[in-house]
Amino acid sequence: MKQPGSAVPILIMLLALVVIWYVAAVLLNWSGVTDAMKLAGNANPTFGDILSGTMGQDKPLLPAPHQVAIELWNTVFSQSVTSKRSLIYHAWITLSATLLGFAFGTALGIGLAILIIHNRASDRSMMPWIIASQTVPILAIAPMIIVVLNAIGIAGLIPKALISTYLSFFPVVVGMVKGFRSPEMIQLDLMHTYNASKLKTFFKLRWPIAMPYLFASMKVGIAASLVGAIVGELPAGGGNGLGARLLAGSYYGQTIQIWSSLFVAAILAGALVVIVGIVERLVVARMGARPA
Amino acid sequence: MTAVVSAKGLGLTFRTNDGDVIALSDVNLEIEPGEFVSFIGPSGCGKTTFLRVIADLEQPTAGTISVNGMTPEAARKNRSYGYVFQAPALFPWRTIEKNVALPLEIMGHPESERRARIARVMELVNLTGFERKFPWQLSGGMQQRASIARALAFDADLLLMDEPFGALDEIVRDHLNSELLKLFAATKKTIAFVTHSIPEAVYLSTKIVVMSPRPGRVTDIIQSTLPAERPLDIRETPEFLAIAHRVREGLRAGHSYEETA
Repeated sequence: MKQPGSAVPILIMLLALVVIWYVAAVLLNWSGVTDAMKLAGNANPTFGDILSGTMGQDKPLLPAPHQVAIELWNTVFSQSVTSKRSLIYHAWITLSATLLGFAFGTALGIGLAILIIHNRASDRSMMPWIIASQTVPILAIAPMIIVVLNAIGIAGLIPKALISTYLSFFPVVVGMVKGFRSPEMIQLDLMHTYNASKLKTFFKLRWPIAMPYLFASMKVGIAASLVGAIVGELPAGGGNGLGARLLAGSYYGQTIQIWSSLFVAAILAGALVVIVGIVERLVVARMGARPA
Repeated sequence: MTAVVSAKGLGLTFRTNDGDVIALSDVNLEIEPGEFVSFIGPSGCGKTTFLRVIADLEQPTAGTISVNGMTPEAARKNRSYGYVFQAPALFPWRTIEKNVALPLEIMGHPESERRARIARVMELVNLTGFERKFPWQLSGGMQQRASIARALAFDADLLLMDEPFGALDEIVRDHLNSELLKLFAATKKTIAFVTHSIPEAVYLSTKIVVMSPRPGRVTDIIQSTLPAERPLDIRETPEFLAIAHRVREGLRAGHSYEETA
């Protein structure tokens, strides 16, 4: 149940963040504005001039919140969604790679977890590699994956999705191994007395009991997937997608563009996690969970 | 008729890091068709282990045992018995009727037959009307009744019950005991029942096996002289008390009241 007044602390927090952001924007942009005014011949700008200057630079060190908001408005709502100037267009490019990579990653994670719980040799031989895979910096191998796949004629969505897969399968493997192993001894004994096959035991017991683990893993996995897709767009350079927007923004010092892309990415990640959470609630309700 | 369970010189030793633990030693026992056999003794006497050997959940290390004239493994693969555990072990994501349907689904009974069997066993355990409830919506006693229905659903002739009412309070337990006797009379099954309650053992059984620990062995086998029809107040008759006394003597003879650990 939702507690009445639960929005108040959230709003206070949000307000505090905006205030901190404005203060930081003034402090960080201050010297840039004074220098610019001196160059323009205004040797003794007033306090008020500088203050208003920090709020409206073209390429501020840290854009003020309203600048990012205006940029977001212009690129989200004032553009046709098929335009390359539309952040919705770029977000969709990134989202499609994210979703494809997430689907691959979840399937791969579940598949590996099934192998690991049913075979001691695969547990011993694969788990160290799976863990090692996540210690490799994704920024280092992402360009290699893109370049190698491009060389054999695979470009566009798939290479980016594979980087998402690389990041998102890991939480699913770890979570599902734990989930598939979560039946109690008494439940396994029960299946044994029915002479249930491994297949039946899997579908009647291990799979349903692992559901909460699956959703917890998927929430981590889908956020990681979005990061993977964005990282996958960086080496492509000048292309489409939020990652490409971030890179282009940093080439040309377009900090407002960078920040607005970051916001879209963050909102997207939040929305994806919320969607997984909604699906979880529907599934858990169907599975007869006691209402909390 | 051949015995449902026949054990000769049965022994089971668990190998642990602390050395061997003898759970069962030289157990000789026959369970005839239609008997209600209780196993009673303090914890560590091997009564649950013996039940688990019948069910092929543990492997004996000495002697022989047959279930329905087969090895326990063959009997299990033949689905010869229903097992009721100490805890209901219902799957929380399944409704009561789906829980009862679980063994039927695994054994491949068709949908229409499943429905008929579920309706019949739900009535046997007095749970008609609770089919669509989830386990958490039922009391502990009702959950255990559901688990008995599940064990009955596939019509095995042998019912193995491991302290099924151990976690329930006295009042619920009395009620379920008399229900179980009615069920025993109605289904003509053979029941092996583990308990650590003397009144429960005497009230339910046609045969009482008294066991003692360290090592787990049989110290006495008592044929009950009580009639098949047993109202709850039979527990105050001299005949009942005499049997209970003999059980207590059997437990004492096994030194099971002393701390030997």
